[in-house]
Amino acid sequence: MNNKVTVENLNVHFGATHAVRDVSIDIPANSVTAIIGPSGCGKSTMLRAINRMHDLVPQARVAGKILLDGDDIYAKGTDPVAIRRRVGMVFQKPNPFPAMSIYDNVIAGYKLNGRLNKDEADELVESSLRRVALWDEVQDRLKRSAMELSGGQQQRLCIARTIAVKPEVILMDEPASALDPLSTLKIEELIEELKERYTIIIVTHNMQQAARVSDYTAFFYLGELIEWGGTKRIFTTPDKKQTEDYITGRFG
Amino acid sequence: MPEEQSPSWKLEKGIKGDFVFKGLTALFAFSILAILLLMVAEMVLASLPAIRKFGWSFIFDRQWDAVQESFGALAYIWGSVVSSILALLLAAPLSIGTALFVTEIAPKRIGSAIAALVELLAAIPSVIYGLWGILVMAPWLQRTVEPFLIKHFGFLPFFQGAPYGVSMLAAIFIMTIMVVPIITSIAKEVLLAVPQSQKEAAIALGATRWEMLRIAVLPYGKSGIMGAVILGFGRVIGETMAVTMVIGNTPQISLSLLNPAYTMPSVIANEFAEASSKLHSAALMEIGLILLVVTLIINILARFLLWGVSRGPAGGIK
Repeated sequence: MNNKVTVENLNVHFGATHAVRDVSIDIPANSVTAIIGPSGCGKSTMLRAINRMHDLVPQARVAGKILLDGDDIYAKGTDPVAIRRRVGMVFQKPNPFPAMSIYDNVIAGYKLNGRLNKDEADELVESSLRRVALWDEVQDRLKRSAMELSGGQQQRLCIARTIAVKPEVILMDEPASALDPLSTLKIEELIEELKERYTIIIVTHNMQQAARVSDYTAFFYLGELIEWGGTKRIFTTPDKKQTEDYITGRFG
Repeated sequence: MPEEQSPSWKLEKGIKGDFVFKGLTALFAFSILAILLLMVAEMVLASLPAIRKFGWSFIFDRQWDAVQESFGALAYIWGSVVSSILALLLAAPLSIGTALFVTEIAPKRIGSAIAALVELLAAIPSVIYGLWGILVMAPWLQRTVEPFLIKHFGFLPFFQGAPYGVSMLAAIFIMTIMVVPIITSIAKEVLLAVPQSQKEAAIALGATRWEMLRIAVLPYGKSGIMGAVILGFGRVIGETMAVTMVIGNTPQISLSLLNPAYTMPSVIANEFAEASSKLHSAALMEIGLILLVVTLIINILARFLLWGVSRGPAGGIK
């Protein structure tokens, strides 16, 4: 099995809070791995460690290793900006740039490191929007503000913006939790298609969603990784009692 | 049944309270408007003799002679508008840079210390700025800065003439120093209001800190920062004491910033006490009216500008 991301003995502290406790996990390439668990179990913290978002929080401390294609992203001299271009992220609430058009939102990230002429930009915008199934809905209003889109469309725009940078891994932090059921369905279908090209790690509150979209599932509780493995096995014959209690809805 | 009656009784009372509250707040709001209108009306009335005598030429005439009773305000309008605009051109980048440093770049403790110090500058009375300007800054300008400008940039019309110290340049510098704290503290609040999610969006796309400011923070805060600059304009164009002390109070229109000049608030403050004739005080009142109108016009222009900016891409920004 080809592992895209390998986490070894990861610990994350915020001040006195020990949010992620000694977690080790392998994330296979071109698959969808879901991280589930009750609120405050450290699943988002875990996710944000994979593209070094915690660098922004002064009191956060990360210890352990996260290997991306075998290279430790926390090794000395590693540029977090370069890491984030390889590991993109989609957030819980759609956050397009309100002052930019739909078009400019899509290429906002790419333009940071690469120069584009008009034709290349047009092509990148179209291919990215097609890949998130948004092209048909917005092609005649690309120059309009991104804020005119619905919540679900905005979230797909944010995914388009992320894949336009051509990342290898996409982190998704409850990407559908602020959306209506129909938009959620579209995002889930999208995830299914995206895994052909990208490795996807998705944090979700929603166990049915994890069961529907993921190949692998990891269950977190109180900052610890309780159990992980193939989604089917986790949901049918989990090894640990806590996992079983959680997925059957007995707590959480 | 009492249970059925009591809710309707409560409802009645709520409506009454609402009515009183609405009435009171409306009264307060309209009283402000009424005071403003009353003031404008009084000013127009008081300046009527000057308006009748000079008509539009009051605005376009640069002659101001109290003995001959011939009054034209152009030199004062020129002095006020030029000094205010140039001071804002200096102050805006300084303030925005300071606000960015304080909110986004400096470590928290250093940032808030600097912010507190900058805001302290706003609390210094303007007469003290004026005193410092006349005793410290003007001599420094006269001995060091202005000779340097004349020597190296004297070929430009803006830096010709003799170094007087008290000058348009001195007024611009004083205004800049006085307005930086105001623009900075408002811009700081605007930048603090930029949601974390916007910054994270940029960072997650692989933006450096500067790129994050450029694509996420500044565009989001653009209209608020413009608002801060407009407020700053109101502050500088009305500034009287400090400017009066350093500008040289000579009603002349000169491209050179080294020459003394005069502003509208300064001439009002300097001459109202000795305005013995009715026409003289009417002329001063009319200058006050013009000051008010200029401020309004600039505010309206800025609002249009703001409107264009905040409409964003829909407005066709490339």
